[in-house]
Amino acid sequence: MSWDTALPLLIVVSSLIPGLIIFFLAEKQVAARITLNMLGVLVKLALAGVMLWGVFHGHHYEVRLPLLPGLDLVLRADRLSMLFVTLSTGLWFVTTVYAIGYLEDSPHRSRFFGFFSLCVTATVGLALAGNLLTFLLFYELLTLVTYPLIVHRGTEAARLAGRNYLIYTVGGGALLLLATVWLYTLTGTLEFTARGFLSGLDAVHHPALVVIFVLLIAGLGVKAALIPFHGWLPQAMVAPAPVSALLHAVAVVKAGAFGIVRVIYDVYGVEFAASLGVTLPLAILASVTIIYGSLRALFQDDLKRRLAFSTISQVSYIVLGVAVAGPMATIGGLVHLVHQGVQKITLFFCAGNLAETLGIHKISEMNGVGRRMPWTMAAFTVGAFGMIGAPPLAGFISKWYLGLGALDADQSWVLIILVGSSLLNAAYLLPILYTAWFKAPPASWPAERFFGRYETAWALLAPPVVTALLTLVLGLLAFAPFSPLEWARLITSREFTP
Amino acid sequence: MIGDIVAIPWVVVLIVLPLMGGMACFLFPTISKSLGLMTALAIFTAVGGLSWQLVEEGAQRYAIGGWGASLGIDLYADGLSLLMLVMAALVGLGVSVYSSGYFSRDKANHFWPLWLFLWGALNALFLSADLFNLYVTLELLGLAAVALVALAGGRGALTSAMRYLLVSLLGSLFYLLGVVLLYHSFGSLDIAILAQRVEPSPAVWAAVGLMSVGLLLKTALFPMHFWLPAAHASAPAPVSALLSALVVKASFYILLRLWLEVFPQTNTAFSQLLGLLGAAAVLWGGLMALRQTRLKMLIAYSTVAQLGYLFLAFPLATSCAWTGMLYLLFSHALAKAAMFMAAGNILRYGGHDRIADLDQVAQRLPLTLAAFSLAGVSIMGLPPSGGFVAKWLLLEASMNSGQWWWAIVLILGGLLAAAYVFRVIGYAFTQAELPHEAGVVPARMEWTALVLAFVAILLGFISPAAFELMGIGAPFGVGCAG
Repeated sequence: MSWDTALPLLIVVSSLIPGLIIFFLAEKQVAARITLNMLGVLVKLALAGVMLWGVFHGHHYEVRLPLLPGLDLVLRADRLSMLFVTLSTGLWFVTTVYAIGYLEDSPHRSRFFGFFSLCVTATVGLALAGNLLTFLLFYELLTLVTYPLIVHRGTEAARLAGRNYLIYTVGGGALLLLATVWLYTLTGTLEFTARGFLSGLDAVHHPALVVIFVLLIAGLGVKAALIPFHGWLPQAMVAPAPVSALLHAVAVVKAGAFGIVRVIYDVYGVEFAASLGVTLPLAILASVTIIYGSLRALFQDDLKRRLAFSTISQVSYIVLGVAVAGPMATIGGLVHLVHQGVQKITLFFCAGNLAETLGIHKISEMNGVGRRMPWTMAAFTVGAFGMIGAPPLAGFISKWYLGLGALDADQSWVLIILVGSSLLNAAYLLPILYTAWFKAPPASWPAERFFGRYETAWALLAPPVVTALLTLVLGLLAFAPFSPLEWARLITSREFTP
Repeated sequence: MIGDIVAIPWVVVLIVLPLMGGMACFLFPTISKSLGLMTALAIFTAVGGLSWQLVEEGAQRYAIGGWGASLGIDLYADGLSLLMLVMAALVGLGVSVYSSGYFSRDKANHFWPLWLFLWGALNALFLSADLFNLYVTLELLGLAAVALVALAGGRGALTSAMRYLLVSLLGSLFYLLGVVLLYHSFGSLDIAILAQRVEPSPAVWAAVGLMSVGLLLKTALFPMHFWLPAAHASAPAPVSALLSALVVKASFYILLRLWLEVFPQTNTAFSQLLGLLGAAAVLWGGLMALRQTRLKMLIAYSTVAQLGYLFLAFPLATSCAWTGMLYLLFSHALAKAAMFMAAGNILRYGGHDRIADLDQVAQRLPLTLAAFSLAGVSIMGLPPSGGFVAKWLLLEASMNSGQWWWAIVLILGGLLAAAYVFRVIGYAFTQAELPHEAGVVPARMEWTALVLAFVAILLGFISPAAFELMGIGAPFGVGCAG
């Protein structure tokens, strides 16, 4: 086995093995657990870095293991997969640090960190999946390993949220399975191919392909929280804050969005999908989701719920970008995969800090909290402005390209959606900032804890500050080599005829 | 050296070993545990020997005493028999290890001889090449199984054992009548000879009808499943594992053999009926499993549902469909055995198996819970697992043949399975105090369940090699392996 075949396997295994070992650690073996965790994280980061460099220089990493008659388990690094691998590995790093701080002294940490590692294993696996079967395998695995994290708290509410999550995701998985099998019987291959592998199919099958497309999007839309499959996401907010970060930024929601990108790009091919007439309805569905999510976010007083509805809205930008089916819009959608992740994880980290340090869960309790926790709220502010799309932050870049792309593809109605949603974003995020910075703080906080030198524990403070800085850097240095934007351009150049 | 291994008549060894072991356990009850474990290990090794032999030399026919077909007893081993034997060996070894921790001394004295006899009957059944021999082994198997159900003692266990006995005898009787009819018409009971002689006639149809009813009753195909949940749920845990994993598969095996070799001109109406009943079993079993309040009953109804899947292959009848179905049968055996063992551990620890009160137990037996969950993954047919591979092949076969409605059944069955499996797992994260002192669960009971469940998952990764072995002698046509 050469290095080129070993690397994709290693990068998946680098979190699998520590995860499996962690399950067998006793609760009090804190040092061993942290060491294993960080070891896995660092190894994975290093491998991802090597791989990114290699892919940039045209290196081909691929491994195949026979899984079914005529079908292999394929892990392959292409440009699109590296976008997601880098994102989830990087964010997993900060989330792990955060989780170690957040869960200090709480029960069942071995179980938690075990599944936490499996979660990123599944995510990296599906990012590297070289065919739809492999993707399906890791997609289902992701469902299974996130469930224990969602019910981690062990309360009745958590159990119900977990049940709801399963009803949606297992149902979605079933649709995906059906669609995958059907596709396979039509084509005899499931290999992801640039510009798709379906355009050669006889026109007789085109109606079937439309139905399969609907099934695929429904199956993936569940995780991407597209309307009407979004119901599980706000409920899953009962989970601890690191899990919310994982759901919203690192793994689950992103897996759905990434899957939709894969289906449109490497199964159907953008141009073929557009000729089937399926991209416009998808763009409309995404737009409806964008507006609906923002509208619902306006009326939530619970901070995490407001952020959850915001995610529903923001993730659909990615779908919108690829569904508009022009090169510029696609760049915008892809780059938003990264930008939304970095910004949203910042917001969730901050929400977690408020809850952990001061016992604040509601926006109405946030009066003047900026004075008590300036660093946290500063990070939150950066993330929020990024979400709104204020220059020079990362979110601005996404929206700029989405808008340009819409004009490019002669679909100017998308601009209205973009402007409307940005206004709504401002409407539900700015009042939070106003409350936090300009209102007078109350005499006492709901449940205050003190952590010595800083406003909160350093492991809780560092992650949001880092990701907030990243939001700024991604915006300022959007045109630097290896920036997500440049990478998205690389990916897109492959898909469209110049 | 290799030549020597291949030259040993492993088919005979596989039948003689468990019978001798059982006899030894009966004669020396004080050391029955060690004897039983040693026998299990020996059988496991012998199955390895047989696989080697089959790989080297292809399908084997062995005439006991050299009499040959139509007079003497012939044994026959091909990929299909091998699959069943490996399944029995894996589950059997697991059950043996589990039982060595489960039974008290006096129960163990009864358990080991009975179990090894059952194993012997099972191996003989999978290796028989003629219909009468199949009948004898089926009857032996049934009697040993009934005795094992009764082992739990108590009123409930005895009632269900009695009912089980009646069903078992009735089933064998129907089968025997069919055998007699065939013998009367064609003058032979050897499967290979019958395969050449049988031609459609009223007598054949009558025989097919009788034998099928008998075998379906014993396989507990919906709506003839009524006896199964009570019998499987009231037995001691290792026995439940045996019954659900192995015993019901034996009568199914006979049905399949006849279908594939003696009556290959399949009547489409009959195969559609089998598929329909299978579909009903999948849905009914799943729904009933959801409604149970006791864990063992839930698992037993899950068996009803899973057996239903096996019959979906009959209307599809392609090489891939058979392969997928048999892989399901195989992975179900491992997963279901693991599930019953897990239930046994929970029952032993908490003193009850009420699903709503599982939160008292589940968190304190993490290995058991892991075993149940991993087994559940295969039962639900989620990847990566043997159950997934099987389901994929069946789905593919039904889409390819244009009979997409079976695909819908497969998907719905999977969703129902997810619902009932997670109904159990959902209670593993909430915490409650156990109101009384906990029972002791030996480590080997937890680990056996976990290892079996893990093998069911592992099957998701080794299917190409497994299909190669199953295809030896082409028992169900070629075209799907590798």
